[in-house]
Amino acid sequence: MQRIGVFVCWCGTNIAATVDVAKVAETLKSEPGVVFATDYQYMCSASGQEIIKNAIKEHNLTGVVICSCSPRMHEATFRKTVQAAGINPYMLEIANIREQCSWIHKDKEEATEKAIILGRAAIAKVHLNAPLTSMESPVVKRALVIGGGIAGIQTALDIADAGFEVDIVEKQPTIGGKMAQLDKTFPTLDCAACILTPKMVDAGSNDKVNLYTYCEVDKVEGFVGNFKVTIKQKPRYVDATKCTGCGECTTKCPSRKNPNEFNMGFDNRGAVYIPFAQAVPKVATIDPDDCIYMKTGKCGLCAKVCTAGAINYEQKEEFITKEYGAIVVATGYNQIKPTEFEEYGYNNYKDVVTSLEFERLMNAAGPTGGHLLRPSNGKEPKKIVFVQCVGSRGQSCRDKSYCSKICCMYTAKHAMLVKDHYPDVDVTVFYIDVRTPGKNFDEFYRRAVEEFGVHYIKGMVGKVEEEDGVLKVQASDLLANAQIHMDADMVVLAAAIEPDKSARPLATMLTASMDTNDFFTEAHAKLRPVESPTAGIFLSGTCQGPKDIPETVSQASACAAKVIGLLAKDHLLCNPCVAHSNETLCNGCSTCANVCPYGAITYEDRLVMDKGVRETRRIAVVNEAVCQGCGACTVTCPSGAMDLKGFANRQIMAEVDAICR
Amino acid sequence: MLNTKISKEDLERISGVNTRKCMKCGKCSATCPNFDAMDYHPHQFIDMVDKGNIAPLLESKAIWTCLSCMACLQRCPRSVEPAKLIEAVRLAVVRQQGENRLAAEDIPELLDEDLPQQAIVSAFRKYKK
Amino acid sequence: MKYSYYPGCTLKTKAKELNNYAIRSAAALGIEMEEVENWQCCGGVYTASTDEIATKLSSVRALAQARDKGQDLLTLCSACHNVIKRTNNEILNNEDFSMKVNNYMGSDMQYHGETKVVHYLEMLRDVVGFDTLKSKVVNPLKNKKIAAYYGCLLLRPGEVMAMDDPENPQIMEDFIKAIGATPVIFAQRNECCGGYQTLNDKSIAQSRSEKVVSSAVKQGADCIITACPLCRYNLEANAVTELPVIYFTELLAQALGVKEVQ
Repeated sequence: MQRIGVFVCWCGTNIAATVDVAKVAETLKSEPGVVFATDYQYMCSASGQEIIKNAIKEHNLTGVVICSCSPRMHEATFRKTVQAAGINPYMLEIANIREQCSWIHKDKEEATEKAIILGRAAIAKVHLNAPLTSMESPVVKRALVIGGGIAGIQTALDIADAGFEVDIVEKQPTIGGKMAQLDKTFPTLDCAACILTPKMVDAGSNDKVNLYTYCEVDKVEGFVGNFKVTIKQKPRYVDATKCTGCGECTTKCPSRKNPNEFNMGFDNRGAVYIPFAQAVPKVATIDPDDCIYMKTGKCGLCAKVCTAGAINYEQKEEFITKEYGAIVVATGYNQIKPTEFEEYGYNNYKDVVTSLEFERLMNAAGPTGGHLLRPSNGKEPKKIVFVQCVGSRGQSCRDKSYCSKICCMYTAKHAMLVKDHYPDVDVTVFYIDVRTPGKNFDEFYRRAVEEFGVHYIKGMVGKVEEEDGVLKVQASDLLANAQIHMDADMVVLAAAIEPDKSARPLATMLTASMDTNDFFTEAHAKLRPVESPTAGIFLSGTCQGPKDIPETVSQASACAAKVIGLLAKDHLLCNPCVAHSNETLCNGCSTCANVCPYGAITYEDRLVMDKGVRETRRIAVVNEAVCQGCGACTVTCPSGAMDLKGFANRQIMAEVDAICR
Repeated sequence: MLNTKISKEDLERISGVNTRKCMKCGKCSATCPNFDAMDYHPHQFIDMVDKGNIAPLLESKAIWTCLSCMACLQRCPRSVEPAKLIEAVRLAVVRQQGENRLAAEDIPELLDEDLPQQAIVSAFRKYKK
Repeated sequence: MKYSYYPGCTLKTKAKELNNYAIRSAAALGIEMEEVENWQCCGGVYTASTDEIATKLSSVRALAQARDKGQDLLTLCSACHNVIKRTNNEILNNEDFSMKVNNYMGSDMQYHGETKVVHYLEMLRDVVGFDTLKSKVVNPLKNKKIAAYYGCLLLRPGEVMAMDDPENPQIMEDFIKAIGATPVIFAQRNECCGGYQTLNDKSIAQSRSEKVVSSAVKQGADCIITACPLCRYNLEANAVTELPVIYFTELLAQALGVKEVQ
C-alpha cells in the first residue's frame, strides 16, 4: 500500500474563490492510502514546496498528489520538489483543479465536489504508479533555421556566435526576406538595406553558418536533440559553385517580360536573374517558366555569355539529409493582396497600391530610383491618401480577425517620408485607431502630424472611383459626422499581413501547433514565448504573430539563447513514459508500427514462453529513445499488448473508476 | 400618435443586430451611397441604439430614405450590418397603427406608363403594414 | 435540362421582353423553363428582420413546388432572385424561422430548403458554359462597348447570394465577352440605383441613377445591361444623362439570332 500525501493549492483566489480547498483536503484525507492532506495559498512557492518536502520526510510518503493548476504549468517544478525529498519524480500526480475546475465553474459547491473527484482520480492512479527512470539521448550540436529573413538571420548569427554550427534554409534564391524590400525603417528612419545587408554578408561569410538558398524542407524525422531533416535543393539551372554573380547573363537574357517579384511587379526581370544587387549568395537563377531555351530548346544565350561556364540547363533537384539538435521556424509573413476589397479599386486602378508596393516606389533601389511616380502615368502625385486596417481587425470572411500591428507605424513613416521628400504633396491618412505602443513610436507618429503636416482623419474609406485619371475617394470623417469626398493621385492600402503559405505544411511536418490564423503557437504566451510546445522547435519572428523589426530581432535573439541552451547540453533526459509491448500478448500484427508517427516500433523474432509452450514469435519492440509517449500504439493494439509506462491502461481505468465511484 | 417606447432590446431582437460588435470605424457611413439624404447616418443608428437613444431615430427621415442597398451591410468589417438595424427601426414605426408611409389611394397619382409593378409592391412592403 | 421558372410580377407585365427573350434564348441553348403554377408575387424586397414570416411564404411555396418536381428554381428578375434565395437560405440556416414558416404552410407542403435557386446568369455560366454560349452565337455584337450594371440585389449579401465576388464581379462581363462585345467596367456597377425610392422620394432616385449612368458614360459605354426591371426603369426615367439601358436577355437573343419571332 502506498503512503500518499495530498496537497491542495489555493492559487491565491484563482482556485480558493470557487473551490472550498480546506474541504477538498479534509475529504481526500479519508481516501485509502492517504496519510496526510493539507492546503496552502501557493503550493508552487518556496514555502509551499517546503511543506511538501517536510511532509514526505515526516510521513514517509511514497506518493504525492498535488491539486493545483494544469500539469503543463508546474509538473516539472513539483517533480523536482519530490525528487529533492527522495521520491521518484514519477510518483507524483497532479489533479488540475484550476483550468479544468475553478476557472470554468461558478457554483462553489459543484466546483468543490468536482475538485474532490479529480483529486480522488489522481490518488487512484498514484496507487498504481511505479518509479520510472529517464534514459539519456545525445544532442546533435547543430541547429536548423527555416527562413532567411531578418528573424532567421539574427537567430542564426547569434547561434553561430556561441560557437555552434547553424544552417539556414531559404526558399527564395537569396536571404534577406521582406526587410530587403523596405526603404526606411521606423522609428529612427535608418535605411533598411544599410542595416540588413551587412548582416546578410555576415551570414554568408560566417564559417559556422551554411546557407541553403532556393531550398525547402522536405521531411523532418526524429525528436529534440536528434532531428533528421531532408532538404530539397530546387534546381537553379546555374552551378552556384561556378557562378561569380557578374550579372552578364541577366542583362543579355532576351526573355524580358517577367514581372520582377522583388519590385512587386512594377518592372520586369530576365528569365535568368539575381533578385537584387546585394543578394546573398550573389548567384543567378533561371526561372524555367520564363526561359526560352527551356521552353523551346532555342536560345541558350546565357550559356554563351557566361565565361565561368556556370549555366546548366540539365540541373535536377537534389535532396540533402542532415541531423540537427534544434529547429527554428522563421517563415515570416506576406502582405495580402487586397483583391477582395474592390471598393478601394485595387484590381482596376493602377494608382491604388499596397504599402509594400509603395515601399518599392519610394526605394532608391526600386523601379523608379526612389522618385515617387504614379504607376498609371509616371507623373508625380500631388495628393496621396493612405487607408489603414484594410483586411485587419474584421469578422467578415474576407478579413483577418487580428490587428496587423505594423501598419500604423509604417503608414506614419510613409506619410512622413513623402512630406519630407515632396513638401507640396498633400497627404491624408484615414484611420480607425492609431496604435503606437513601442519605444519612441507615439512621438514618431505625432511628428508626422505636427512637424510634417500629415492630415489624419478618423474614419474609413468607403469607395474609391477613378474619373478622368483622378481617384475619387469617398470616406467617413467621424469627428465631423460627415461623408467627405476627396481627390487623390494615389491611394495606398495598409493591407493586412498573414503568415507565409509554407507555414501550415511545415507545422504538420514538425508536429508544431498553430492557431486558426496559421501563426505558430508558443509554449506559453508569457513564460515561453519563443518555444513551440513541441520540444526542440523554436519560433523566431512573424511566424508567431505580427511584429515590427525591433520586436522581431529581440525575439530572434531570445530564440537563439534558447537554442544555445539546448545545444550546450551533451545529453538530454528522455521522457520515461514510453510504450512497451507485452511479449505474451503481442501477435506481431504490425498495427502499432503503422500508426507510430516517430517510427519507434520494429519487430524481432523472439523465443517466448507462454502457458508452458516455448515458441518463436514476431514481437513488437519499442525504441525508447525514439518513442515520444503519444500513446497511439496503445489504443490501436488489438490484443492489448502495448502499454504506456506511467499511463498504463489499468492506471487510466483506475482513474475512470474513481471518477465514476 | 407614434409610440416611442421602443427599446434597444426590441430593435436588436427584430434586426438580429448586436451593436456591441461595432468597432466604430465608420465604414458604413463612408460607403453609404445615400449619405446626404439621411439625417441620421448608418454609424449613428448603431451608436444611438447601443446607447438607447432611440426616439430621434423613430422620427428620423433616414428610416424612409435608406436605399436598402446593403452596401453598409456588405462592407462592414465587423459584420454588424447597419442596414438591418435601420430596417428594424422603420418596421417598429410602420407596425404601429396609423403610421403607414404610403396608402393605396396615393398610388394612382404616382404612376407613369413605364413604372414597373415591382416599384409599387416593394414600396408597399417597405412603407406600409 | 429543365427548370422550374419563377417569372415574378413585372416580367409578366412591364418587363415582358426580359422574360420572352430569356425563354427563347434558353430554348436555343437546350434549356426548358417550366413556369411555376400559380406563383405569387415575392414582394419585391426581402425584409431582413427576424420576425417577418408571412411576407416570405410566397417564395416558400414556389420553392416547395420546384422541389416536388425535382427541379432547380430558375429566376431572372434581380429582386425575385434576391428575395427567394435569401428566404431559402434562412430556411436552411435558421431553425426557428424554418419552424415558423412550416407552421404556416399546409401539412402537404412542408419545406426545408431542398431546392437550389439559380439565376439565369448562373445557369448560363455554370450549366451552359460561356464557352459553349460563345460557340452558339450567330450574330456576335462586335464593336459594342457594354457596361454591366449589377446593382445591389444580385450580389448582396455576398455570403448568401454567392453569385460572384460582391465587390469585383465578373459574371456579366464574361457574358458580354461570350456574345462578342466588349465589357466596360465602371465603379458604380455595384452601387444602388435608388430604385426603391422611386415612389417615396424621386429626387433620391434621380441623383443615384444619374451617378450610375454618368459613371458608365465616362468609361465609354454604348449601353448598359441589367437583369432588373426597376433598375432599368430608374436608369432610363430618372437619370439626366441618356444611355440605352437594355435587358441582358435581349442582347442574348440578338446574339443567338432568336430575337425576332419566327
